[in-house]
Amino acid sequence: MRAQPQRTISGVDLELNEEQLALAKVVREFAAQEVAPHAERWDAEHTFPTDVVLAMGELGLFGIPFPEEVGGGGADLTTLCVAIEELAKVDQSVAITLEAGVGLGANPIYCFGSEDQRAEWLPDLVAGRALAGFGLTEPDAGSDAGATRTKAILDDDTNEWVIDGEKAFITNSGTPITSLVTVTAVTDRTDGRPEISTIVVPAGTAGFEVQPPYRKMGWHASDTHGLSFDGCRVPAANLLGARGRGFANFLAILDDGRVAIAALAVGVIEGCLAECQRYATERVAFGRAIGANQAIAFKVADMAVMADAARALTYRAAALRDAGKPFKREAAVAKLYATEAAVTVTREATQVFGGYGFIDETPVSRHYRDAKILEIGEGTSEVQRLVISRELGLPVR
Amino acid sequence: MNIVVCAKQIPDPAEPGELDPETKTLKRDGKLILDESDMYGVEMALQLADNAGGGEVTLVSMAPDNKVDGIRTGLAMGAAKAVLVSDPALAGTDALGTAKVLAAAVGKVEGADLVLTATESSDGYTGTVPEQLAELLGLPSVTFAKHIEIADGKVKVQRQTDAGYDEVECPLPCVVSVTAGVVEPRYPSFKGIMAAKSKPLDQLALADTGLEADQVGWAGGGQEIVGVEDAPEREAGEIIEDDGTGAEKIVAYLENLKLV
Repeated sequence: MRAQPQRTISGVDLELNEEQLALAKVVREFAAQEVAPHAERWDAEHTFPTDVVLAMGELGLFGIPFPEEVGGGGADLTTLCVAIEELAKVDQSVAITLEAGVGLGANPIYCFGSEDQRAEWLPDLVAGRALAGFGLTEPDAGSDAGATRTKAILDDDTNEWVIDGEKAFITNSGTPITSLVTVTAVTDRTDGRPEISTIVVPAGTAGFEVQPPYRKMGWHASDTHGLSFDGCRVPAANLLGARGRGFANFLAILDDGRVAIAALAVGVIEGCLAECQRYATERVAFGRAIGANQAIAFKVADMAVMADAARALTYRAAALRDAGKPFKREAAVAKLYATEAAVTVTREATQVFGGYGFIDETPVSRHYRDAKILEIGEGTSEVQRLVISRELGLPVR
Repeated sequence: MNIVVCAKQIPDPAEPGELDPETKTLKRDGKLILDESDMYGVEMALQLADNAGGGEVTLVSMAPDNKVDGIRTGLAMGAAKAVLVSDPALAGTDALGTAKVLAAAVGKVEGADLVLTATESSDGYTGTVPEQLAELLGLPSVTFAKHIEIADGKVKVQRQTDAGYDEVECPLPCVVSVTAGVVEPRYPSFKGIMAAKSKPLDQLALADTGLEADQVGWAGGGQEIVGVEDAPEREAGEIIEDDGTGAEKIVAYLENLKLV
């Protein structure tokens, strides 16, 4: 049996500090002024709002958790969660653009890049002048990264990797400011077991093609593409981290991403709760505000409970991470609970709004469509349950 | 170009405000934020200093209990430092008393070429402090600026009027009040927020300003609030049914109010 997993939150402080509160206020104002008025149109027209993403860069949001030496804000995961949550209250697409830009774009380069790779790519990624995608998922391989089919063969004559294969559902991979994608590829096989490595492919490299955007159920203003590699050649020096460590590297940054997605879900819940509080007070049916009916009031009360619970779990996981303590289980718990609660809350918010909840111009309608992917991306709910059950020491086979 | 901006910290207008029944003034014991009216002055000052190729923007403020949250917003936007005057004796200070305290605080800032203010605060709304401040500092005053340029030791101001604007030239140093909405205040960046906590913030008590307790606060007040009443309810509007002549009727209505 494994050691008893941590059950307390002793030693971690869940109060936001003065700078985090100031950041929350600025991002809230930014979201209200620059995002909320346009979110419906971006959703309808499937527009990636490049200018707003660049403005988020100027606010310093993409640099929050990175040290000042590499141009970052010198803060932590909790602070990044604050920014993601505030954006997600009004629009999930811009929130996921930030979450993926930091967690899947800049973070692998920061964590595993050589000095030269960091110097070349990080300044623009951290400043939000450029975005990067992380190409792990394939048409037939998701969290089951061992099933990766994309291969990279080192051409000794030219000292280049030659990459062939397909990637699927890659966020931020085809925006006008995408500078690179990091891809996992099989670089060798030993006894049939694949050796997986990570390689940086700059945007525009010959043989690297970004497929047309997907037609998605939600997150219409977020950039998602399939990628194809056909004899794509990049210098051998583009290997990111040690050869054969591609999957291990990916696992190392996964837990951060789960907490960040949970923060996004917290924002969704808070956003829908606020919308429902307002609507249940203003909307009159049968001579009184609909919120005077317990059928509605209790839905809204339940949303408040889910908001509190999701928030506590998410910021507990972030605080453990920032304190340098183990947080794998807590990250999975937060991601699982917050995203499932977000789907429930968006569904119930749509119900509170009645017919208007089914109309695109009502934000809860967009949140409902957008929320479903939260239970799927960066590890499905099933994968989170798997992680949690293993952390509980349950038998693997 | 060194610019001083007067920055008031006020109760958040988004929260329900409350009057003290005793003093009939706004309660200020909660968290204070930077008055939005002053963000235009801060932005204008940062742009002018930028255009001049250098110089510092200094914030000057008077607030109860050494409250600094609003000041930090201005520092996060890019101001270099701040002077804050806080003292229990300042409670109840009226507009003229405020101008005296601000003038003393401005006097602590070395080499100020220009003093910017809002035209009025969002909570008190007397709209008199800028001119009082100029008088106390012995400086010329230009009000309701919608655009400011600095060249050859002079300030060129487009001064907003009912009909358009006047072009006013004035030698530096001087006091200029900036109309709300004429520039777009920047959002403080995260780095700005982090930097703000380590920027110099000079906290002064009344004694440091050279003023006496009887010149400020309730004691020094030249005014007394004798009563507070609710604003009258808005009258119901007039609904014009459009029978084809709706537009004409609306024009006639506006003409009657001398609005067109």
